[in-house]
Amino acid sequence: MSLLLNTVLLVFLLVTAFAVMRVKVLLAMVMLFGLYSLLVSSLFVVLDAPDVAFTEAAVGTGISTVLMLVTLAAVRHGHSAPIKPGKRALPLLLSLAMGSLVIFGIQDLPAFGDSQSPAYQQVAKHYIEKGVDETGVPNLVTAVLASYRGFDTLGEVTVVLTAGIGVLLLLGRREKVHLKARRNDE
Amino acid sequence: MLYLVAGIAFLITMALALARAFVGPTVFDRILAVNMFGTKAVLLVALIAFFSGRADLLDIALLYSLLNFIGVVAALRLVERGRFYASTDHPETPEEEQQR
Repeated sequence: MSLLLNTVLLVFLLVTAFAVMRVKVLLAMVMLFGLYSLLVSSLFVVLDAPDVAFTEAAVGTGISTVLMLVTLAAVRHGHSAPIKPGKRALPLLLSLAMGSLVIFGIQDLPAFGDSQSPAYQQVAKHYIEKGVDETGVPNLVTAVLASYRGFDTLGEVTVVLTAGIGVLLLLGRREKVHLKARRNDE
Repeated sequence: MLYLVAGIAFLITMALALARAFVGPTVFDRILAVNMFGTKAVLLVALIAFFSGRADLLDIALLYSLLNFIGVVAALRLVERGRFYASTDHPETPEEEQQR
């Protein structure tokens, strides 16, 4: 059952990714992107990672779709990019090379669910055994995020806050941003 | 067995919604297709929750349905306000916008 769901959802993902590339209208592209991340988060649920699915659904389907729609509404005076034909070999080669590098890197990973893998051997053991005593937080994930990696979380919050202020400043302008479109034949 | 039949039925309806999102001649078709796909994703998550016996997955189904509603309302409001072309066979170029 899970194998069937995985396979079909992955096929849907692939088809959606190609459709995103083929669609010429930007609004349709944004809708397809929302669909894509909905698919990814369903896949995360099937793969037994509900917290990741939560984040993906909230950020991918919710916030980023709305942000892209707002951006499209702000730059509606033209956004065609010049595309020269015959320059597609290099990007294709580059992405193939990067993909094969990633697959090459996967070879070194420990086996799925391996209890001897480094991730379960070092700090995780300490967190599980002494986390409640040291921090007093009953939830282990919260203890790690808010106490052991408190400065890291503070930095992340600062980054998100700065990005949010920037987005609000850009979108809150009374004047819409007018981008001059350049045509190919000029 | 019952779960398998229900899962296959969900996958087929998901495929149909995807097809409408890809070919949909107008933007509204696509928005409706995405909404329907979101509903099917909610059903799929609920199915997985009952299949695997994990009731906490139902929270995710609730979140999906909330997000689905908010996303569709936001998209429709922006389509209304941003004066996008509802038909997809017009390329969005400045010249065509001036002609309208």
